[in-house]
Amino acid sequence: MSLLPYASLAHRRKSFRVTGDVVLLSTQTASDSASLDFTSGITSTYGEYIFKFYNINPATDEAEFTFNGSVDGGSNYNVTKTSTFFQASHKEDDANTEFTYETGEDHAQATGFQTLARNLGSAADESGAGELHLFNPASTTYVKHFYGRAVDCGGGVPRIWDNFSAGYFNITSAINAAQFKMSSGNFDGTIKMWGVK
Amino acid sequence: MAMDLITTNTSSGAASSSFTSSIDSTYKLYIFKFYDVNPATDAASFTFQVNATDDPGGDYDVSLITSTYFDIYHSEADGTPALEYRTAHDLAQAASFQPLTISLGNGADESAAGELHLFNPSSTTYVKHFYGATHYYQGADTAYSAYVGGYINDTTAIDDIQFKMASGNFDGTIKMYGVG
Repeated sequence: MSLLPYASLAHRRKSFRVTGDVVLLSTQTASDSASLDFTSGITSTYGEYIFKFYNINPATDEAEFTFNGSVDGGSNYNVTKTSTFFQASHKEDDANTEFTYETGEDHAQATGFQTLARNLGSAADESGAGELHLFNPASTTYVKHFYGRAVDCGGGVPRIWDNFSAGYFNITSAINAAQFKMSSGNFDGTIKMWGVK
Repeated sequence: MAMDLITTNTSSGAASSSFTSSIDSTYKLYIFKFYDVNPATDAASFTFQVNATDDPGGDYDVSLITSTYFDIYHSEADGTPALEYRTAHDLAQAASFQPLTISLGNGADESAAGELHLFNPSSTTYVKHFYGATHYYQGADTAYSAYVGGYINDTTAIDDIQFKMASGNFDGTIKMYGVG
């Protein structure tokens, strides 16, 4: 009996060392889902939120993996944003490489979903993975900056896509929810949301 | 991998934000995360430089940096976006401050956010590598992302770092984390 408090304390200390000041807030798993929504936990508690996603496998070949923010708790995902998107790619057959800006994946004061990864393959072993950083979403003074990097195994001709997205939600209202979905069709995958103290 | 918050500096109309303690051999990687960086002077660059242990309390003007700088931008008016290398913002064995942005806007809602990684600053064998990514609202209503990478060409341990605008004061929060 007397050892239990010490064991619990040791466990807590070990947990603290493992997580440090980056705190896992939520894990969501999609299984043929239309979207994954994070509608709680995005507050002023943390100055930065990091979403890490992996095993993103779409039902529709060559669909884009996208996200948007919400200022009304997830009732609407349509925040105005200006953003950039560039990518590198390399085919498995070494036929060619690309390093290009993609004008079709950026936004200029638009409310559409921001692409994080392009042309994901839908085959059984194809998927995408990466992360999205969202800075101080609770600010009511400044625009909200974000950036993402994602790699995916492309559909069509097999290739690696290395995707770089960044921009700002051009709004001074707090962002309090985020949604991830494919540009077309459902998807499988896991997304974890972390808060950075 | 543990990432531990070490220090938080909050600036309000400050000329600079310095971290002058706790950069030592405890961690192999130090990450500086900054957000809500808003300059008093429009179109100023947000920058950093370091002091080595053989220049304690120095003026951040000795350590030689060789670096790269490229950025990508897209305006709110949907002007032609571009991805460009910036020769005016890289350094070649220079002791000046390394820009993390160009032309950061000073409007009431304009700001920068991002992070800078500084690897093994206590090494007395190797040069000290860094890389950073900064995302900001440029003064001409444009989304910019800037990527810097480089090394501090010094085998003396680094124990201080300072962030400031190239011109004028600034508001903002900068947090220093230790990793591993």
